[in-house]
This record gives sequence, structure tokens and C-alpha cells, in this order.
Amino acid sequence: MSGLDTWVRAHRRLPQELEDARQMIVEIARGYGLDFYETVFLMCDYDEINMLASYGGFPTRYPHWRFGMEYLEMSKGYEYGLQKIYEMVINTDPSFAYLLDNNMMVDQKLVMAHVYGHVDFFKNNAWFAATNRKMLDQMANHATRVRRYIDRHGMTEVEQWIDICLSIDNLIDPHSVHIKRSRSRSAAEVEAIELEDGVNKLPAKKYMDRYINPPEVLEQQRQARQVERQKLAKFPEEPERDILSFLIEYARLPVWKTDLLTIIRDEAYYFAPQAQTKIMNEGWATYWHTRMMTHDILSTSELIDYADHHSGTVATRPGQLNPYKLGVELYRHIERRWDRGQFGKAWLDCDDHSRKRHWDTGAMLGRKKLFEVRQVHNDVTFVDEFLTEDFVREQGMFTYEVDKATGEYIVDSTEFFEVKQKLLFMLSNRGQPRVAVVEGNHQNRGELVLQHSYEGLDIQLDWAQEVMGNLAKVWGRPIHLETRLEGKLIVLHHDGTDFTRDVIKKED
Amino acid sequence: MSTLNIENDLGRFRDIVKGRLRKDLKRYMGSGELLGKQGDDVVSIPLPQIRIPRLRYGENKGGVGQGEGEGEGAGQGPKAGDAAGQHVLEVDITLDELAEILADELELPRIEPKGQKNITTSRDKYTGIAMQGPESLRHTKRTFRAALKRQIAAGSYNPKKPVLVPMKEDKRYRSWKAKTEPQSAAVVLYMMDVSGSMGREQKEIVRLECFWIDTWLRTQFDNVATRFIIHDAVAREVDRDTFFRTRESGGTLISSAYNLCMKIIDEDYPADEWNIYPFHFSDGDNWSASDTRSCLDLVEKRMKPIVNQFSYGQVESEYGSGQFIKDLAERFTETEEVVLSRIPDRDGIMDSIKQFLGKGN
Repeated sequence: MSGLDTWVRAHRRLPQELEDARQMIVEIARGYGLDFYETVFLMCDYDEINMLASYGGFPTRYPHWRFGMEYLEMSKGYEYGLQKIYEMVINTDPSFAYLLDNNMMVDQKLVMAHVYGHVDFFKNNAWFAATNRKMLDQMANHATRVRRYIDRHGMTEVEQWIDICLSIDNLIDPHSVHIKRSRSRSAAEVEAIELEDGVNKLPAKKYMDRYINPPEVLEQQRQARQVERQKLAKFPEEPERDILSFLIEYARLPVWKTDLLTIIRDEAYYFAPQAQTKIMNEGWATYWHTRMMTHDILSTSELIDYADHHSGTVATRPGQLNPYKLGVELYRHIERRWDRGQFGKAWLDCDDHSRKRHWDTGAMLGRKKLFEVRQVHNDVTFVDEFLTEDFVREQGMFTYEVDKATGEYIVDSTEFFEVKQKLLFMLSNRGQPRVAVVEGNHQNRGELVLQHSYEGLDIQLDWAQEVMGNLAKVWGRPIHLETRLEGKLIVLHHDGTDFTRDVIKKED
Repeated sequence: MSTLNIENDLGRFRDIVKGRLRKDLKRYMGSGELLGKQGDDVVSIPLPQIRIPRLRYGENKGGVGQGEGEGEGAGQGPKAGDAAGQHVLEVDITLDELAEILADELELPRIEPKGQKNITTSRDKYTGIAMQGPESLRHTKRTFRAALKRQIAAGSYNPKKPVLVPMKEDKRYRSWKAKTEPQSAAVVLYMMDVSGSMGREQKEIVRLECFWIDTWLRTQFDNVATRFIIHDAVAREVDRDTFFRTRESGGTLISSAYNLCMKIIDEDYPADEWNIYPFHFSDGDNWSASDTRSCLDLVEKRMKPIVNQFSYGQVESEYGSGQFIKDLAERFTETEEVVLSRIPDRDGIMDSIKQFLGKGN
């Protein structure tokens, strides 16, 4: 930790004025019931903040060209006045957050209030329960390991391997950290399945045997055992969605390559919950900075600047969904409903519009409900549970498509059902195709078969080709991917050099 | 623990960009993407973002929007977007780096400036620190350091209340030295046929080729002057902009351009001080055989003795007869100072430059 301490110390700690503001905001936030880790704020100039942002907020990471590319992109964006990073916060304990040193005082307060919202969310949301809160150290540790491999094997070789690992780093199973999937069996169990026929015969006199051990039952047991055996013969027994861990466990690789794969996987799992809760997290932070700024913090002279900057945060733009906006509006919608008691059986059963419009039981449970929601939901369940027809109408939500003839975006539908379905689709599995390993020893030739659970959208073929090529490099044997393209069941093959495809004939 | 060494990662990325540029040099040379992206000494290279491929959905996915159907679009987002898009990233590359890539790929030799033509110049360079000087050159850091030193020595420095007040004797100023440097200068004269037979595509090719020649020559000389001449039946000198944009039509008298070129050289660029590079681009369709004869004489008698190299590039066009290059080739078979090249299409630009500059005169 000493290196990190030096780094923290080298950065300017807060000037008195900001420190006073920070303490005030901490008090206010606690007063509202927010519960956060200790948060260290560091002042950075825009160049430092661009650097940090390109490293995902972490001061020490392994060397890789993409950080340089991101930095260049952000610097250009800043120089051209296109974008500016207001705030950045790392999910660790203690948390670290960065303040841009030439921001106005009112911005700094806004950012601090926003950050405490995030840290509360990090600490309390269930999807972060399994996150390593010492990730700052872990990242530094990764950096050291990667540098050691670079010394040993050369920059180019290591970097190329990292490129390969990164191209498959979304093939993970973010839910696996929360559930224990029973997939490992003890040796004794395996032996039992392999050797015994699994038939459990009760002791009986010969003439009673037919009645105590009916042959149909015995046959059933025999068949069940047969299924078990077939499963056992399969590898992996169940489809494996954490493809990275499958590769780490079974691919034949030199130790350093396996270790790099492990490093990339660890970091992917660290960032996954943030992708799973983007709307909730940003919405929550926005809800709280709005609340605290307008009720407790703002002085009258700061109002206009605050309103200007806040509206920039929640502005909607063509072509992208603003998680800040959607999140905060959903929270407010929930708060309103629970304040007025618009929930439960009576509410759901009521189909009288005018009664519903004026429904107010004076329940005032909104705030309590919000804290509950931020604790248990992720973006998918959040939207699934709380995105109501009223909300979609009030917010003017719509789905859009690319018009094939003109190449322009057009509004496709404003129907509640379609909007919700599309939104959920975009959010589930972080908007990425769901793929699993179904066979690790295809035709007994050590070939890997992956299966894409098709959900209506084709995968992008040229990228798939590159990814499969990379998988073939990791696995060392050909890769097959079952998917659908333009309505046809199809298998893509990549043997490390050639990329081919077969259309599967329909069996039925 | 080393923290935040973005320089290394940026360097690695730049190497990758250069590698990409190297690989696709031919495409970049023919595409004109780099023109108009040129600053004083850097070129912005529009690069499809180098990305890490991942398994993902295709482009046809659409999405969900919120708000009034027509977005206002204004406002700044508080965070850099993380959506993977197919956007273009502009990477600045210095002309030197670009020339280096060009040299490596085309195997261009370094040009040896002619010995006599080196002149010396003097340049001022800030090299030291002085006790006196104008306030505009005050070195703030050194000044305060001196003040700190003095105050500590005098015991008037209080670390708890660090106030430094520089006095007259604390002030430090930047000082300079005049440095004389040998300097080689070159003038490049671009001549282009803009007669009716030169179409848009032909001019584009000339334009691109000139850009690359310029890039290369600029790095080879400290001081490069460029002059532009366009001609149909009459020649006139134009600025860079016009040179690349004009669309004239008319007959073709190549000698008019050569005469003007010689006039410019005679007036402004004494041959013993300047390395002279005339380039002429045309579709090879001259007005008359007698004019061609006078062109050849001009090149032989007036240009050849004083220029480093006369280069003629003939762009293929469907209208031109393409005779001029044959006439030139006939007269100047064994002459090093005259280099001829045919440019059939955009892909030919690279080879043509190689022919022009590959000799290293």
C-alpha cells in the first residue's frame, strides 16, 4: 500500500473550502440515510483525469495500448470541447473519487453529492456483494504480474496475448458469483455412477419380488442412471457460460498465458456489476445530488449554474439512452407511487381510470421503497418490475430502428409492450449475445462447440470471425459456434486459419 | 510502484497506428483522406478506431429513446460514453514520422543537398539564465527558488505560512545565444496542365501526388519554398489553393509553363543557393509538335544545368494522346536530371513517387 499512499499524497488533498463543503455534504447525506464507505477525494487537472479515466479510474494498471488510445480520444474530446469528465469514482473501500480542479464550486458540490450516491449504491446493492473492495491493490498486483511477463517474454508477445484475452472477456457469467451451481461431484459419486446400475432393490422373498420391486420401477431407475452416465460422458456436463473459466481450467497453455487469462477474467468480473446496474446506479446518484443540492446545499447565487449543469447531465440525445435520465425518473416514479399507496392488490385490481388518477392513500412509503429497490435490484429487474405503462407514456419513450431504405433512424413504436421488451432485451446479459460451451471434446477430437442462445438478433459476422480465430488460438483446436443467421440454423467453424460455415438441415 | 504512465501506452498505441499506416499506405496515398488535415508540422490521420473484436450483435439493432421525438442534442454528458461505435479517431502524426514511413515503404534514399547550395543562418535559442532581462522573459520558477533560498538564509521563511516575496536580486531571466546553422534550402515548382482534357480524377491524382512529394521534401530540407503554376494555353502562377481547385479548359501550350517556371527561378531562386525541383504534371497532350520542340529545348538548355531534377508525371486520361512523355523520353534517354513517370490511376501514385524521389539527387 505504500506506493499507493505516496500517490495519494502526491495528489492535492482538498483545499479547506472544499473540505468544508465535503463535511457538510457527508452530514446531509447521512441524515437522509445514505450509507457509504469512507470516500477520499483527490484533485486532478484535466490531463490527469483523462489519464485516470482511460485506466478505468485505477492509477495503476498493466501496460496496454488501448489505454493510450482511450486517453488520446478523451484528450481530443476535451480539447475540442466535446466532452468533459465531471466525476469519476472507484468502487473500493475506501472509495476514491476525483474532482476536476478547475470546476466551479457549485460543480464540485454537485459532484461530491453525486459521488456519495454512487458509493452508497456500491456498498449496499446486492449485485456488488461479491465485488473485491480491494481492487486498487488487485489491479496493481495485476500490473506487477503483467510487467514480469513482459520482462520475460517481451512486450509484443504479451500484448498480443492480452489482445486475444480481451476479445473474449465478455464471455463470462456475471451471475455465477452469486449462485453456487452444483457441478462438481466427488470421486466416489462418479465411481458409483460409472460402475453400479443404480437399481435400488428392496429385499423380498422370491414370490413377493414382483410386487415389492416392480420391474417397471427398476427399469425407470436403470434409465435414470443411464441419463446420469450420458451426462458424465459429456464434457462439460452442463453448458458452461463462463467460457473464460472453462478455458483457464482446460485449455493447454503455458502458465503465464493462463495467468494473463485469469487476470483479464478477474477484471471483467469486477466491472460486470457496474454494467449490470448502470441505469440504477446513475439514477440513484442523480436522485440524491438533485435532492441534496436543491434542498440543502445550493446558495441562491449558485442556482442558475446548477440548473444549467444538471440539465446537461439528464439531457436526452438522439441515438443513445441516457441512464441518468431514465434512472432518476424511474426512482421518482416509484417514490410517487409508494407515497400515494399506488401498489398492492387493490391498486392492481382497480381498472377505474379516474379513481386511479386520484389514488392517494397517504401511505408515504416512497423513500423507504427506494432504499429497498436500490438494495435488491439490477437494471433488468428494475425495469421489469417498475417500468409501467404510465411511465412510458409520461416520459415519451419510444423504440427506434434504422430505416433500411434511407439509413436513418426512425421511431418504430411507442407501444408500452414493445418499448419495455426492447429495453429489457438491450439490458439483459449487458446487451450481448448469450453464448455457452456445450462440448469440449467434439467428435473426440478435442474441438470446442459453443452455442449461441438465439434471441432474435444476428451476431455480427466479421467480429465473430475474429473472436473465433482468437478462441482457436487459446483452445489450440478448431472452434464451432452454433447460431442463426438470416433465419437459418448455422454452424460457424474456425480452425485457426480458415473460417467456414454450414447450414444445418432442419431435422423436423 | 509506477503509476499513470500513460506515455508508454500512448507510445504503444502510436506504434500500432504507424504500423497500420504503413500497412495501408497505398490506400492512404490514393484516398485523399489526409489532405486538408495538414497543420504546420502534423497531419491528422483519420483512422477507423482500432478495436478489440468481441462477440456482439450486428448493426441492425435500433434501440429505445426517451423524450420528444426530435432530440435537441445539446448538453454535455458527465462521463465519456462507453458505447462501442464505429467512429473515426484522428491521430496526429508529425510530418517527420510520416516521411519516415514513406521513406521506409518506398525505400527512398535521403537526399543529398548539393554542396554549394548550403547557406548559413543564425537562430536565437534560449539556453541559459541571466540576472538581468526584460520582464517578459522572467523565469518564474527560478525567481521564486532564488527568493526561497534568500529567505531561508535570512531566516525570514516560515514553512507554516509559506509566503515568498521576490526582490530585485532574486529575479532570473531567460537568456539566449545566437546559433549559426548551415541550412539547405529547396524550391519546388509544381506545374499542372489544367486544359480541358485533364478531368477531375486526373487533377485529384496530381493533387495527391503533390501532397506526398511535399511531405517528403519538407523533411529533407530545412527550408522548402513551393510555387504553383497552372497552364493551359497560357501559364500563370497561382497560390496553393487555386492550384488544387481550378478547373479550366482550353488548349495546351506546355512551353508557356516552362517559360514561367524559368522566369520564377531566375528572379527568385539563384541556382547556387537553392536546390531546385520542378515538377510538371500533364496528360501529355500538347498543342503542336513545334511547341513540344521548344519545350524540349527549354528543358535541355535552361533547366537541366541548374535544377537538381526535372520531374514529369503523365496522368493517363481518356482524351489525351499521351505523346509528350514519349517525346521527352526520346530526347533524354541517359539524363539523370530528368525523370519521367506514368501514373495510370490512384494506385500508381506510390510507384510514381518512387520513380521521382527514388534517385536521391
